[in-house]
Amino acid sequence: MQAKPVIKFDHVSKTYPNGAKGLKDIDLEIMPGEFVVVVGLSGAGKSTLMRAVNRLHDITAGDIQIDGQSITQAKGKQLLEIRRNIGMIFQNFNLVKRATVLKNVLTGRVGYYPTWKMVFGLFSKADKQRAYDALQQVELADKVYARADELSGGQQQRVSIARALTQEPKIILADEPVASLDPQTTKHVMDDLKRINQELGITVLINLHSVELAQTYGTRIIGIRDGEKVFDGPVVSADEATIAAIYSGGEETNG
Amino acid sequence: MAELPKKPFAWQKWVLGVVMVVGLIVSAQATGTNLPMFFQNFGQFTIIFQQMLAPDWSYTAYVIDPLIETIKMAILGTIIGSVLAFPYALLVARNIVTNKWVVGIFRFILNVIRTIPDLLLAAIFVAIVGIGPVAGVITLAIFTFGMVGKLFYEAVETIDEGPIEAIKAAGAGKLEIIRFAVIPQVSNYFVSYVLYAFEINVRASTVLGYLGAGGIGVFLQRALSQFRYDRVGLMVLVIFVVVLVIDYVSGKLREALI
Repeated sequence: MQAKPVIKFDHVSKTYPNGAKGLKDIDLEIMPGEFVVVVGLSGAGKSTLMRAVNRLHDITAGDIQIDGQSITQAKGKQLLEIRRNIGMIFQNFNLVKRATVLKNVLTGRVGYYPTWKMVFGLFSKADKQRAYDALQQVELADKVYARADELSGGQQQRVSIARALTQEPKIILADEPVASLDPQTTKHVMDDLKRINQELGITVLINLHSVELAQTYGTRIIGIRDGEKVFDGPVVSADEATIAAIYSGGEETNG
Repeated sequence: MAELPKKPFAWQKWVLGVVMVVGLIVSAQATGTNLPMFFQNFGQFTIIFQQMLAPDWSYTAYVIDPLIETIKMAILGTIIGSVLAFPYALLVARNIVTNKWVVGIFRFILNVIRTIPDLLLAAIFVAIVGIGPVAGVITLAIFTFGMVGKLFYEAVETIDEGPIEAIKAAGAGKLEIIRFAVIPQVSNYFVSYVLYAFEINVRASTVLGYLGAGGIGVFLQRALSQFRYDRVGLMVLVIFVVVLVIDYVSGKLREALI
C-alpha cells in the first residue's frame, strides 16, 4: 500500500529552556486508520510527544507533518486549520464544568467559524445537530442539557470524546484518557475510542500507562524512554522482554 | 527523658511593647491631646443624639429625590466602571496575556488608580466638572474600575487551564479561547463583584455628596451646617434602611451566583 502517512516526525527533538531534553531525535510515521499506543514511564516524554503533534508544545529541532503539511512551519490561520483536523482528549477531561454538555461539545466546532461569529456564540443549527449526533455516538444523548460537572468522570470523558468528534478530525490524540477512571469506565471509554477508530477510520494516537490495555486495543506500540523512541512495532511483536526494557533503565532494545 | 525546656524570654517583644507605649504618650503630648476635654464635650454628643432621635418626618418628602439621585449615581458609576474593568482585567491577567511588559505596565496603572482615595477623586472632579452628580458618577466609575478590575483579574488567574488547552487544540484563536474557555468560568464572579461594588458605591455616594458631588450627601451637609440634627437623624435613618435593603438583596444574589 502506498498510502501517505497522516503523521510524520522527521528527526524531532525538544529541549526545554532549562536544558532538559524532552524528545530526542524521533522519527515516526503513522498511517491513516492506525490505533497507535505510546507507552513508557511517567516523565519519559509521552505527553510531550502528543502535544508536539498539534503543536501545543513547540519542538526545537526537526519537522512534523500532518497529512503532508508541516505544522512546525505553519503560521497563524494555517496552524489553526491544521489543529482543527486533530481532536484531543485529556486525562482531566478539560471540560468547562459550569457549561452544559452541549456547549462543551459545540466548542469542537470553533475552528470552522470566523471570529466575530464566535464572539457572539452563533453556532449553526447544523452544527448543533452535529454535536448531538456525536453525543449519541458516545451514548450520552440524554445528558445534552446537563451541566458538565453533574456527570461522572467516565461520562465527562465521553463528552470530551464527543467534542473531539464534532471537529470531524482525521486524527484523535488521547493523552492518558483513562488514567483517572475506574476499570469499568476505562473499558467503556477505550471501547468508544476503538469503535471510532474502526467505524470512522479516524487515526488514534494514545498514551497509556497500562501495557495490558495497550495490547488489548492497540494495533501498534511505540515505546518511549527518556525522550527516545526505544520500540516501534505491531502489538504482537512486543514481548515481555521488550516491554520490560521500555519500562526500565535497562539496555537498549531494538524495534 | 529531658524536661520540657522553659519558653525563651521574648525580650524583643517586650522592647517593642515599651517603645510603642512610650511612642503613644509622646505623640499624644506632641499633638496636644486633651483627654478631659473629650469627656467634657461628651455632653454635647448626648444633646445631638437626642435631637437626632426625634427625626423631622416632615422633611421626608424633600429627601426622596436626592436619595434617588444618590442611587442613580451609584448605578451609573458601577455600570461604567465595570464595563471598562471587564476587558481591562483580561488584559492584565497573566494567563491570558503572556507578554510580561504589557501585563506589568497596565497592572501598574490599575494599582495607581486604586491608590487614589475616592474623596480626593470627588474633590478633583467637582473642581473639573463642577458641583453636581456628574462629578459623583465619574468618581464612582473610577473607584469601581479599580476595585472590580483587581478582583476580576485575580479570579481570571485562578481558572482551570484545562479548557483553554482543549479549545486551543480544537483550532481556536485567542478571542475564541477567551469566549469559550475563560468567560464561562468567571462570568458569575464578575457579576458578583459588580454587585459588591454597587453595595459599596451606594454607601460611598452618600459621603461624596458631602463634597458637592450630588445626591443626598449635599442635603446631609446642609442640615449639619444648619445644626438641624432632627433632619440629620431622618437622613441617617433613611440611608440606613436603603443601604440595608440593597446589601441584603445583593448579598442574596451573590450567594446564589457562586
